[in-house]
Amino acid sequence: MLVLLILISLIFGLYFQVEPHATIGEIKSLFHKSYQQLYPARQDLKLDPKGKSLRDDDVLQNLPVGTTATIYFKDLGPQVGWTMVFLAEYLGPLFIYLLFYFRAPYIYSHQDVFTSSPYSVVTLACACHTCHYIKRLIEAIFVHRFSHGTMPLRTIVRNCVYYWAFSAWLAFYINHPLYTPPSYGDMQVNYALAIFVLCELGNFSIHVALNNLKAEGGPKCRRFPHPTKNPFTWLFFFVSCPNYTYEVGAWASFSVMTQCLPVALFTFLAFIQMTIWAKGKHKTYSREFKDYPHLRMPIIPLLL
Amino acid sequence: MSAPAMGTTKTAHSDVAPKKKRGPGALATAYLVIYNVVMTAGWLVIAVGLVRAYLARGSYHGLYYSIEKPLKFFQTGALLEVLHCAVGIVPSSVVLTGFQVLSRVFLTWAVTHSVREVQNEDSVLLFVSAWTITEIIRYSFYTFSLLNHLPYLIKWARYTFFLVLYPMGVTGELLTVYAALPYVQKTGLYSVTLPNKYNFSFDYHTFLILTMVSYIPLFPQLYFHMMRQRKKVLCHVEEYKTE
Repeated sequence: MLVLLILISLIFGLYFQVEPHATIGEIKSLFHKSYQQLYPARQDLKLDPKGKSLRDDDVLQNLPVGTTATIYFKDLGPQVGWTMVFLAEYLGPLFIYLLFYFRAPYIYSHQDVFTSSPYSVVTLACACHTCHYIKRLIEAIFVHRFSHGTMPLRTIVRNCVYYWAFSAWLAFYINHPLYTPPSYGDMQVNYALAIFVLCELGNFSIHVALNNLKAEGGPKCRRFPHPTKNPFTWLFFFVSCPNYTYEVGAWASFSVMTQCLPVALFTFLAFIQMTIWAKGKHKTYSREFKDYPHLRMPIIPLLL
Repeated sequence: MSAPAMGTTKTAHSDVAPKKKRGPGALATAYLVIYNVVMTAGWLVIAVGLVRAYLARGSYHGLYYSIEKPLKFFQTGALLEVLHCAVGIVPSSVVLTGFQVLSRVFLTWAVTHSVREVQNEDSVLLFVSAWTITEIIRYSFYTFSLLNHLPYLIKWARYTFFLVLYPMGVTGELLTVYAALPYVQKTGLYSVTLPNKYNFSFDYHTFLILTMVSYIPLFPQLYFHMMRQRKKVLCHVEEYKTE
């Protein structure tokens, strides 16, 4: 039995004939053959214009369609693969901060070009910031498995502008010739550094744990994350998204370590964004799993 | 035939054929009516104040001082509209409303009030008059909408007067900010310099310039949005009328 497909969008209507056991992914490839610029990642296919998007591995005969299927098409715009996205978002801050640390020309006044700060905390801050982004890059390349293949181009531009501009702004102050080191001196720096390192390790542990979850389960079997033998993952007893908790912790400790208001502002904004994401994730988990632990909060243990 | 817009919003988004969500209850509606009536009255006071002061002095100069207090009071009072959106009795975006009210409050307090030297400028009168006429129409529009008795004249005025008032207000605002620049630079108003304990700096002068620049992308968007709303609202009514 052949199944006829009618692909409808605002711009064009098309007729295709396919086998019933064809997948959505195959249909997207078919469509791509007719329209070169609309590669599969750009296509969003739905059975109902207001409904959920169809997954690439959905098989046609398992969907609620008869011998003729009407599918609605939407062009998602130019897409970029997730790995590229992260490379762009993270390489920027990495290099920009270094530009400020080494006091490249035209940033500070002429006599300060290529000079260095007398304060050890400034070098430490550079090391922390750099390591943070190197860690993120390593995770993006080797650790993360992404459920969606791509991200729209517009979003990346917006994200990059935000990350790059903010890192430039905070690097400007930390590496400024008129920088004032923390009020409580070495004690403040060392305690903050310790917490920073712990949070980075924690964040990494959670990413690994989440990645293993996806590896074991596969797309069909969905489980939610649990604490493991690694003490950093014990935060899962208290929060749904400990990776975000650790991330906020890292940036908060970086703010204290540098005693720099722009860093604190960045931390605050990041906290707001991650809280929104954590709440969404928490809701998803709670809905999907009946046995989801009640003690867990989205991002801050016992509070938020 | 006029879609009763249940919103007391600064934006026109909610005015046209809103798919009604729960909508405000009876108590909320009563409160909103009172709020809008009070605001209409307040801006009328400002309008009357301006006219009387002009007649008394015989010139356009220095009229700001005659309406300074009610202007500050009623423009700042508009912050309540953000609360209305947040609480849900008005179906409009908190962010959008907040942005618009904040820009007004910013001009009232952080520019006109803070920089005494610009208070005598004619540009102040320009934006104050634009705001006054706009707000009188807007708040009476909301009042009548809430009471489900919106006269076509008010609706027409709301969606037509902006064509002149919007550019007029923007011109007044920009000229005022521009006039304030030299004084802000000279006195270092609201500015923080390095070095300081929190490693932060803020140059209000640069901030004001950036604010002026931001009008370039923002103003056309808002203006053309209102024009599209105008087409929708006014032409839709005419279709109805011909039946």
